[in-house]
Amino acid sequence: MRFSKRAAVAAAGIAVALLASACGSSGGGGQASKDVEVFTWWADGGEKAGLDGLVSQFKTDCSQYNFQNGAVSGGAGSNAKQVLASRLQQAQPPDTFQAHAGAELTDYINAGQVEDLSAQYKEWGLDSAFPKGLIDSLTVQGKIYSVPANIHRANVLWTNKTVLANAGVNEVPKTLPEFFTVLDTLKAKGVQTPLAVGKDWTQQMLFEAVLISDLGAEKFTGLWNGKTSWTGADVTQALNDYKKLLSYSNKDRDTFDWTDAEKLLMDGKAAFQLMGDWEAADLDTKGFKDYGYAVFPGNGNAYQWLADSFVLPKGAKNAEGTKCWLKTLGSAAGQKAFNTKKGSIPARTDANAADYPAYQQTAIADWKSGVPVPSCPHGSACSQGWQGAVASAQGKFSSDQDVAALQKALDAAAKQYTKK
Amino acid sequence: MTTSSATLPPAPGSRRRRRRSAPGGVRRWGPGLLLLSPSLILLAVFVYGLIAWTARLSLTDQHTAIRSGSVVGLKNYVDLFVNDINGRFTHSLKNLLIFTVVFMVGALVMGLIWALILERGLPGEGVFRAVYLFPMAVSFVASGVVWRWLMNSGTGEQAGGLNRIFHDLHLGFLENPWWTDPQWGMAAMAVPAIWQLAGYVMALFLAGFRGIPPELREAAQVDGATTYQMYRHVLFPQLTPTALSVLIILGHMSMKMFDLIMSVSGAQWITEVPAVYVWQTLLTSDYAKAAAISVVLLLLVAVVIVPYLVYNNRVERRS
Repeated sequence: MRFSKRAAVAAAGIAVALLASACGSSGGGGQASKDVEVFTWWADGGEKAGLDGLVSQFKTDCSQYNFQNGAVSGGAGSNAKQVLASRLQQAQPPDTFQAHAGAELTDYINAGQVEDLSAQYKEWGLDSAFPKGLIDSLTVQGKIYSVPANIHRANVLWTNKTVLANAGVNEVPKTLPEFFTVLDTLKAKGVQTPLAVGKDWTQQMLFEAVLISDLGAEKFTGLWNGKTSWTGADVTQALNDYKKLLSYSNKDRDTFDWTDAEKLLMDGKAAFQLMGDWEAADLDTKGFKDYGYAVFPGNGNAYQWLADSFVLPKGAKNAEGTKCWLKTLGSAAGQKAFNTKKGSIPARTDANAADYPAYQQTAIADWKSGVPVPSCPHGSACSQGWQGAVASAQGKFSSDQDVAALQKALDAAAKQYTKK
Repeated sequence: MTTSSATLPPAPGSRRRRRRSAPGGVRRWGPGLLLLSPSLILLAVFVYGLIAWTARLSLTDQHTAIRSGSVVGLKNYVDLFVNDINGRFTHSLKNLLIFTVVFMVGALVMGLIWALILERGLPGEGVFRAVYLFPMAVSFVASGVVWRWLMNSGTGEQAGGLNRIFHDLHLGFLENPWWTDPQWGMAAMAVPAIWQLAGYVMALFLAGFRGIPPELREAAQVDGATTYQMYRHVLFPQLTPTALSVLIILGHMSMKMFDLIMSVSGAQWITEVPAVYVWQTLLTSDYAKAAAISVVLLLLVAVVIVPYLVYNNRVERRS
């Protein structure tokens, strides 16, 4: 009896001690000033390969520093963003972190979490190496806070050449009305769902491409900075065009990811798919050679871009090391090492196209001559909250096709998030 | 001193007993409390402490990851019900309602029917019991992925899963869009949940039936009750506590449903319920709004659970 009581007390004591030590043991650990911790969500696939390429360049250019991989995998970056948010809140930032260039950075900038890099842009000659439209998009109240590592294009229409040839379509349409005619032709020839579409964000991309066609590049960009109204008749027109486009698409789109839609294209069940240019690398990997690509009908030379970029957080332990990382990232050699592996193109206009695969060569040429426009689902046009609101509204539209409700929701989202 | 000693009841024997009884009390409940204290502390900090923290957060305007918010009262709650774009929150509540009703009624009816059949003493009862109970061992994520294939919404030549079976059996009229139906999609979403938990409901009811003393049945038979009358007036009334537990268990599972929906449809408008909405909101770092939805969800679950706890306590005290 006595013994068991004492044992009970001892057990409880040990439990409390364990609890206390568990609480106390977090934190600590030394930090050598030579380490540069690079925080990304590039943990596997082409992204990891790109990062590795960049790291080997960093080791040559900045041999005095150690690269420390701070990658957090999973959830297409959503896990990493959660970890990052808590680290920033505790004022324990990594030496540099990945973020979509453009509006997605706004939160960090407003909170004073990242340093102004305008001086470095001049010093490294980046202000003349990147196209002016991109520099404008990166600039917030006269200052630039991030260095883009790559450029992807969102408004690309992918085609199945055989399906088009069988239907007697020899040319990819150049305007929206032509596009509708071609879609009708395909339908008449027995292609039930000529346009392959996936769920929410892929619908968002399609809708934005239609918006660019109906509004033009400049007014489209204005939608995201408050210069263009969401309630205008031209937006209504775009919404109706988009609704009409959806009628040519697969009805089970809400159950499809972009790769499922891609499969419809590969199987010849669809002739077209709008998707970002990571599709080229994916189709190549899957061994499908019969694909063609063109800018979305009516988009002209609008180059809807999205970019991964890196920043210098305020309070970074090794700011000089971070600057060396950013310098490597922005340099011609760094951009080449990264992008040939990742399947994107360099943001710099002085890249040697011959170093890249076929699709990227045309993209590099288009990037030089095109008008850059941002993208909301990929973070260059709007903040994360705005993205969420638009995705939800788009999902609703996919099921109920209510044009007026979608326009109202988009307007409400714009009002809610532009003021923040 | 003198006054105090004067007021004290004088008997020395009783005083000694009292002095002994006080530390004796500590000795009686002290070790027990000490043993419980780690879990009590953990619960206090990580459950109730964080609930309080969430509730406080829901009253602030911390809509980004970084800014720490100032208190804005109930604004977030009002916004959820009144100003949410497209009425997104009320839509998610409506989805949850449809899901909950179909899921609870479905699982209850299926479970009860199976329990009734097995209770009659079917040969191979053990096998059937295992067969029906087994789906519960599968995680919602695993079954969700399979049901995602089964409930493929393509029809005609594009059909897959169940629609394909209907198509091949020339039962085309049975092909349907499943969870992609804007109005009643959530009813289809409840099908996998019913499939998983009906067996569990059956097991609970079976245990309930077995708990009824056989004398009651015999007495009913002696009194000349028909089978229907025996179930209606003798057996079912005895099952009320079981039915109540079943409702509570299914109810709170349904309110918090997340994993099944995420693996069948992913996060999207048609099938959005509050738990998924919280997650979506957190991904955009809108902490205050996510906290407000969480609190509403907690209250919803509390509405189900608290009356049950109160009822249970009362029953226990009575017995």
